[in-house]
Amino acid sequence: MPLILEVEAAYEAAKQDPDFARELAYYLKHYAGRPSPLYFAEGLTRHFKGAKIYFKRDELNHTGAHKINNCVGQALLARRMGKTRIIAETGAGQHGVATATVCALFGLDCCIYMGEVDIKRQSPNVFRMKLLGAEVVPVTSGSATLKDAMNEALRDWVSNVEDTYYLIGTAAGPHPYPEMVRDFQSVIGGEARKQIMEAEGRLPDSLVACIGGGSNAIGLFHPFLDDRDVRLIGVEAAGKGVATGEHAASLSAGRPGVLHGNRTYLLQDEDGQIQNAHSISAGLDYPGIGPEHAWLHETGRVEYVAITDEEALAAFQLCTRKEGIIPALEPAHALAQVAKMAPELPADHLLVMNLCGRGDKDIFTVAEALGAEL
Amino acid sequence: MTSTAKTANQGRIEARFEALAAEGRAGLVTFVTAGDPDAATSLALLEGLPKAGADLIELGMPFSDPMADGPAIQASSLRALKSGANLRKTIEMVARFRKKDRETPVILMGYYNPIYIYGVGRFLKDALQAGVDGLIVVDLPPEEDGELCLPAKEAGLPFIRLAAPTTDAKRLPKVLENASGFLYYISIAGITGTKTAPGEAVTKAVAHLRRHTKLPIAVGFGIRTPELAEEIAAHADAVVVGSALVQKIEEGLSAGKSPTDLVAAALRFVESLAGGVRRATRHSTAGISRKGVA
Repeated sequence: MPLILEVEAAYEAAKQDPDFARELAYYLKHYAGRPSPLYFAEGLTRHFKGAKIYFKRDELNHTGAHKINNCVGQALLARRMGKTRIIAETGAGQHGVATATVCALFGLDCCIYMGEVDIKRQSPNVFRMKLLGAEVVPVTSGSATLKDAMNEALRDWVSNVEDTYYLIGTAAGPHPYPEMVRDFQSVIGGEARKQIMEAEGRLPDSLVACIGGGSNAIGLFHPFLDDRDVRLIGVEAAGKGVATGEHAASLSAGRPGVLHGNRTYLLQDEDGQIQNAHSISAGLDYPGIGPEHAWLHETGRVEYVAITDEEALAAFQLCTRKEGIIPALEPAHALAQVAKMAPELPADHLLVMNLCGRGDKDIFTVAEALGAEL
Repeated sequence: MTSTAKTANQGRIEARFEALAAEGRAGLVTFVTAGDPDAATSLALLEGLPKAGADLIELGMPFSDPMADGPAIQASSLRALKSGANLRKTIEMVARFRKKDRETPVILMGYYNPIYIYGVGRFLKDALQAGVDGLIVVDLPPEEDGELCLPAKEAGLPFIRLAAPTTDAKRLPKVLENASGFLYYISIAGITGTKTAPGEAVTKAVAHLRRHTKLPIAVGFGIRTPELAEEIAAHADAVVVGSALVQKIEEGLSAGKSPTDLVAAALRFVESLAGGVRRATRHSTAGISRKGVA
């Protein structure tokens, strides 16, 4: 507990410090490559013959996903706190790669906890992390996926609190992480807002983003929460279908509980034991969801829907063919939702989807799902 | 809560620490997980603990994600869940134990989510009725006392707090604010059953804690042998052993022992720990009367 209070105090101080803001802005621009473009997806817009579709191109960031935004912010914070060792959990490996990247940049020791199951399905990212100098620790306990990696990272943290900073990758976990990760990711929505005003002279009609823990979605949505006319849609992973029980749709099919220091919607059995999530996308494979999404669900401000593995795979291929962009399987879920909505919407409906990661890491998974031999 | 439920359980922890103080020795607290490796074996082990020398019992409520625990207790928790354990059965197990043993305090230890799902009010009522004497819920810090700690206190069920080497002077009053039963000092910064506590640091920490609380102080995490139990018992009011005991179950299982042999081996280990605790030469700051415990 004192360790979390220490992070909170340090973050509160950093927020007030113009030097911290300057430093963050510098690295986001010159290192991560922000702002990411807001791109008019003309191929898909033509294809769906409905809403005008824009992609927020966060897959063009350094390391290929939105994860770097948060990692730069938290690594700068850790450095301010005098910590010399960074630990993190990772599911798909994107957050692990982004963490290993900033650790290499800032000369910090790096240890990444990753479920053994995820290590197998995301081997390119495992190698990337190792190249970047990180130690990748396979987690075999529990279901050997993201939640177990988070348990193991927490165990490490309480054991090595003196020199270690825990860099949580999603907008979940104990306070102040959900708020801090949201703040660092809100650069996405902030830029999108400015960019759509430049392109269209008005706010978008709807925003769509995929949700595992929910960091890219909260980053896109947050700067629009007060714009009541902007429809916000979060897309969970329905895996093999919500009815099959093999899914990661915490809001659609879970119920409130307490895990990893936050009260939120969780996949759990009638005894309160946490259940395994399932998704073709390792990055959405988490049995919980950030507490702010739970709140936005309950207030009704954001609509939450679920997309199956199969629908995401179809969207993955469609995006590749129609836009020449290989999306990660995570935003492919968002795109599958866009595919459902867009044809029904008028041509002047402005829709912005967060293309939060690129799909290079997923080609093996996709090949296997499609029965292709590499 | 009914007042009958209150009086039935009140004071078992307090009475035990008073008796220990009168005997001039520290107590042995043993941890086992309810339902590990199965319901029947687990009950047999639980029922054998007092005779083997356990003065207080911590009974683990199995959880799928025990993030404060090391590999031994994680495995124990998973074994229990696989054998069909759940919170209702854990409470029933205490009720069965209580039919034979009216004196040994039983403290339920675990994580909040299963209790939250069971329902706090229902949990407290059932736990009191079963003869539970206290709660340790490791993922509820003092900031969340409204969730369970205060309702438990109100119902007459002590909520045992944990202090660690990282609990600084600023934090300690917050930890002690609603603490009752005893104070559980985690002798290492970390998780259960991994590192070994350095005796000297523990001695200093216990002396420091005594200046801030009248509660008995139990020391745990990383105490694996009778010798180490003896060393810690010289200064603490109780010594907690969990992972090392739970490991005896794992060893028994992998050696293909029968449930009877497995329980016997685990209880022999408890006897050796109790021997260590009883051999301890009490330090001058320890063993003071625990009367007037909050």
